[in-house]
Amino acid sequence: METTIEQTLPMDNIVDKSLKKTHTIEVNDAKVWYDDFMAIKGIDMVIKPNTITSFIGPSGCGKSTFLRLFNRMNDYVDGFKMEGKIKVNGRNIYKDKVHVEELRKEIGMVFQKPNPFPKSIYENVAYGLKIQGIKDKNLINDRVEKALKQADLWEDVKDNLKKSALTLSGGQQQRLCIARTLAVEPSIILMDEPTSALDPISTSKIEDLIFELKEKYTIIIVTHNMQQASRISDYTAFFYLGNLIEFDKTKNIFTNPQKKQTENYITGRFG
Amino acid sequence: MNNLQKNRIIDTSFKTVGLLFTLLGILILVILLYNIIRVGYTRINWDFLTSLPSRKPERAGIFTAIIGTLDLMLLTIVFAIPVGIGAGLYLEEYAKKSRWSTLLEINIANLAGVPSIIYGLLGLGIFVRFFGFGGSILSGALTLSLLILPIIIVATREAIKAVPPSLKEASFALGASKWQTLQKVVLPSSFGGILTGVILSLSRAIGETAPLIVVGAMAYVPFIPHSLFDTFSILPMQIFTWTTRPQEGFAIAAAAAIIILLVITFVMNGIAVYLRNKWQNKLS
Repeated sequence: METTIEQTLPMDNIVDKSLKKTHTIEVNDAKVWYDDFMAIKGIDMVIKPNTITSFIGPSGCGKSTFLRLFNRMNDYVDGFKMEGKIKVNGRNIYKDKVHVEELRKEIGMVFQKPNPFPKSIYENVAYGLKIQGIKDKNLINDRVEKALKQADLWEDVKDNLKKSALTLSGGQQQRLCIARTLAVEPSIILMDEPTSALDPISTSKIEDLIFELKEKYTIIIVTHNMQQASRISDYTAFFYLGNLIEFDKTKNIFTNPQKKQTENYITGRFG
Repeated sequence: MNNLQKNRIIDTSFKTVGLLFTLLGILILVILLYNIIRVGYTRINWDFLTSLPSRKPERAGIFTAIIGTLDLMLLTIVFAIPVGIGAGLYLEEYAKKSRWSTLLEINIANLAGVPSIIYGLLGLGIFVRFFGFGGSILSGALTLSLLILPIIIVATREAIKAVPPSLKEASFALGASKWQTLQKVVLPSSFGGILTGVILSLSRAIGETAPLIVVGAMAYVPFIPHSLFDTFSILPMQIFTWTTRPQEGFAIAAAAAIIILLVITFVMNGIAVYLRNKWQNKLS
């Protein structure tokens, strides 16, 4: 199975050593178990910097589990076990020496449901900086303002930074969560269905935002929304039952899928 | 009669029965309070609060008992709160699921149901005899701490469990360590629940008599404790002793002391409710 996937990968040539620096994430035969259940069945993948990659597939196909491997969020799940290699910026992140706290400053994450802390807007954005031990008020103020501007929220909240984050609307809360992630200045942002709890207008705002962020960040987004995947992402990966079925430029996946399963899924015939 | 009507009748009758039971509870409480206050209010004055116990009922006061109760509560807080909250945090957040931790959990739940006199005997064996603290206020506070630890641990765990996992995930994803997440996200969000558990446990401790008799609380102590190793009296002990006396005057004094004990308990609960509401307003 794995070899056939490798053969269909259009990016096979990227495993070429001379291009190594252009790999932001490199996955080598990743396998994941939850107790006896095998959730990821050996996946290889290479993700380039400053691209948006969509993970699509039916519920339970392993795409979220795979996403959470990159910032080691699965570590907290009981019975989690993993094999294989995942390199982020050339470093194997599942070696013992790696501090997960350091890793997560490099790789931010936005979740499905907006989950602001029950603190003020300012404290939410400053959280990641304060836990790093940064005390310089001016620096924190600057970063908070910058992050809120990047997340297109500054104009809405600049006069109310002291107000509780829970008073914001759902869409604003999600942009706050993105700002909170940006404030730490990661290079990669993982998004786990970031718009599935939002209305269409908030969704389109977030999509515009993701598109703008591509300039500076590498973004991986799990989505159930085919239109969203085709609108915003450069690459799309289709997962099914713990396998990576197809991984290609988004245009190819949606206009000329190589696998029958991919075609069936994106045309809505199953899943 | 169709199903809809039947359901409506069941609904109404259940509501009525529930209301009656609630009123019954309140009624009994009101009768109790009324009786106590009617008998005891004549004795409540500054002298009663500041006099030492005496053989003569009209001169007897509860000064040493009040001070003993307050000192005992303060010491119990100092011992029980850090240990209880620490254990709760550990069991909920750090302990790996294993047969050991399950055994530990079952035991803690069981401890909450052990009769208090057993704690008294435990305190007598360990603190009074083995550590040689004697029949002192220190032994009493340590014994009471043991008694309320299970309650605080269980309350802490429940309060922590109620914190949405999504908040913890958010904190971890931003690079926070476990301790930072506990300190900055979990504890602030669960503070109200933990506080409620602590105050409830103290309200239980303040009325305990049996375990303290065993570890050496006295009914007649003509001085207030000056060190941890001094002997002490407490309000419930004083009340208990007075109610066993034949003289009418002691029955009145006991009623008055009960009023004071109730006031202290109500004030404590009131502070808990106030703090909890204040905390919740701050969060939302």
